[in-house]
Amino acid sequence: MSQSIGALSDHLPLPSEGALAVETYGIGKRFGDLIALANASVKIAAGSVHALLGENGAGKSTLVKCIMGYYRPDDGSVMVDGHEVAITTPRHAHALGLGMVYQHFTLVPHMTVLENMVMARADVPPVINWREERKRFDEFLATMPFTVPLDAPVSTLAAGEKQKAEILKQLYLKSRFLILDEPTSVLTPNEADEILGMIRDMAHAGRITVLIITHKFREVMAFADEVSVLRRGKLVGGGAVAGLTPDAMARMMVGDQEIRGMDGRKASAAGAVCLEMRNLEVDDDEGYKAVDGVSLAVRAGEIVGIAGVSGNGQSELVQVLGGQREATAGEMRVHGEPYHARRSEMLRHKVSMLPEEPLRNACVGRMSVADNMAFRRFDQPPYASGPWLHHGAFRRAARELIARYRVKTSSPDAPIATLSGGNVQRAVLARELSGDVDVLVAANPVFGLDFAAVADIHAQIMAARNRGAAVLLVSEDLDELLELADRIVVIFNGKLVYEAPTHQADLTEIGRRMAGH
Amino acid sequence: MADVGIGWWGVPLAVAAGAVRAGTPFLFVSLGELLTEKSGRINLGLEGTLVMGAMSGYGTAYLTGSPWLGVLVAGITGSLFGALHAGLCSLPRVNDIAVGIALMLFGTGLAFYLGKPLIQPQAPTLPALHLGWWSSIAAVRDALKINGLFIVGALLAPAIVWLLRSTRWGMIVRMVGDSADAARAMGYSVDWVRLLATMTGGFLAGIGGSFLSLYYPGSWSEGLSSGQGITAVALVIFARWSPMNCFYASLLFGGAGALGPALQSVGIHSGYYLFNAAPYFLTLFIMVLTSSSEHRLSGAPSELSITR
Repeated sequence: MSQSIGALSDHLPLPSEGALAVETYGIGKRFGDLIALANASVKIAAGSVHALLGENGAGKSTLVKCIMGYYRPDDGSVMVDGHEVAITTPRHAHALGLGMVYQHFTLVPHMTVLENMVMARADVPPVINWREERKRFDEFLATMPFTVPLDAPVSTLAAGEKQKAEILKQLYLKSRFLILDEPTSVLTPNEADEILGMIRDMAHAGRITVLIITHKFREVMAFADEVSVLRRGKLVGGGAVAGLTPDAMARMMVGDQEIRGMDGRKASAAGAVCLEMRNLEVDDDEGYKAVDGVSLAVRAGEIVGIAGVSGNGQSELVQVLGGQREATAGEMRVHGEPYHARRSEMLRHKVSMLPEEPLRNACVGRMSVADNMAFRRFDQPPYASGPWLHHGAFRRAARELIARYRVKTSSPDAPIATLSGGNVQRAVLARELSGDVDVLVAANPVFGLDFAAVADIHAQIMAARNRGAAVLLVSEDLDELLELADRIVVIFNGKLVYEAPTHQADLTEIGRRMAGH
Repeated sequence: MADVGIGWWGVPLAVAAGAVRAGTPFLFVSLGELLTEKSGRINLGLEGTLVMGAMSGYGTAYLTGSPWLGVLVAGITGSLFGALHAGLCSLPRVNDIAVGIALMLFGTGLAFYLGKPLIQPQAPTLPALHLGWWSSIAAVRDALKINGLFIVGALLAPAIVWLLRSTRWGMIVRMVGDSADAARAMGYSVDWVRLLATMTGGFLAGIGGSFLSLYYPGSWSEGLSSGQGITAVALVIFARWSPMNCFYASLLFGGAGALGPALQSVGIHSGYYLFNAAPYFLTLFIMVLTSSSEHRLSGAPSELSITR
């Protein structure tokens, strides 16, 4: 192995190789009045896997961006291999051998993998000899534990393959210190284990040092050597993973803030079928079949969870249920009646929607919180009489909902786009759950939210179920489904490929089905 | 009429000749627009650029006596317009479509104003290659009179294919057009790349304009362009952002435009204006046929404002 790496370095300019040690010393960063990071000192040993834990807004990305040269820290310094360096730009960081794999992929979608790899190099020749480049990359791939299809446009790759390609790109660029930002959020558990295992092995072989930003304790326990925990911009704990428990880490992450407990799951016999899909087929934007013959019934008082890696037809399915897209075949029924997701039908059958990215899919960003909260019923009394709308009534109702659902906003008249992600989610939830609900469709309802918001929203969904709503919960987070759902189905390539009551569900089997085996 | 000698055969011959002759401006403008759109911007102002190119090229040829110098000046004028478009679009909260429409009106208006004294005089025109010397039939000889610019354009299309696939510059343009974030992360200046791509696009559109005033019809007037610039923008979408498809589509549109006069020459006079409208019908028809309310355009650069 090391021999072939030696051969490779003849092609690439950087002479030195092997894992880098990186240390931050007393780093602080302020944005106006907000202290994003204060006196953070983290030591990452060469050849180790270090996990950075923390809630959203805890300062993880600020710390990492200071290392990568996106931000200049206000205080403190960064040391690479024991030398203090002032990293001014991302390019400078790359030149030092620091690389980062972002949560949002940075590969160019309509270029092939090979084209992306070549363009990522710092020294792209004016005229590219593709045969030469292919040979060089093949030689590099031979030294790697995993591979990707070279000639496929990146946009056609599955999320796991994109993630692998991103990591390969960093390694091809001879990054010796690799930052992975939530690397497994789009992967199946098996893919995550595979990729993290390979990364760990490379680190322990002394080829790279790895810093993983994550909130999954399981991955920290299984793959990291050391951990640092951030809370509100401060380093609050850490150490060798071997000496810590998930509980201890969770307490460090959350501190002593109070979390609203979940209403217990009320045991009840499954009610009548409320929402039913029969052989539903849906096309995606490009005209390919995204949902392929889905049949599923959701009963009153149960939560059915749809598990799957993103991009297997979940978005399109939710869009059809919410009226954002037309089905090409099959039918939907609510309460036994045909359902086409028209506004009148949703009102009559009490169908509520909590789509993913609610700011994009369920709100008008520039309209006020009060207006957004009134969307379902703005043309019904008491909000309207005839063609006249009563904005006073909007505002009164909104004030009540804001208090009840703990939406943090400066006023009901603030544009909803000015709210944080969790509060937009709460505002939409307030709108959708405030009346009677017979059917609730929720898609990734807690994506990107902090602990408190997650617990809150999960509690609301469980409460809706306990009140007798039929809930369809689409999520890429398997833990969320295991916690909430009464029944789990797995979607792969637009087909339902697995179904089991949650208490009988087999995690290994679910993981395999999610990956299409 | 000489065409009577070959009767109905004159129609396909005239359409083929028209495809080459009227297709050339389409070819240059669409290749220019393609380059601009590959970098992630739409320049609707190419209609104005085309007319400015026609005027400035004609004026230069008239003053210097060299039509090729006119072509060069037309190109330079076009790239200045491209620079104006790119410069305005790089300001915050400026929309490329709106700037394009403004520049379309500005370009045509300015050209009419500056071109007033050029309506009367006759400038030297571009020479043609007589590839029909072997034939004794006048219509054939006429149809095989190929202009040099067409040949340049025909070679340019595969050259752009190669440029976009196998050169660093081409790859950077594609990257900027497909994922500005990725390009920025790699340290390329998105605005700078778009400026150069839009200027190159303007250069080609200016040359397309000079073809109108210096070869066919070969004079300057305010009715010179019949919307070739704006049609060429649509043509790029129809060609799915492929340079070779631009070439074929330009020939198709050029040929369609020659249908009316060709039919007239064999004595079909009814529906003359209807046949003259063929390119516009074709545009509309093709757009309806290839568009869909449900599906996204395939092959479109991801950064284009129409696809986002």
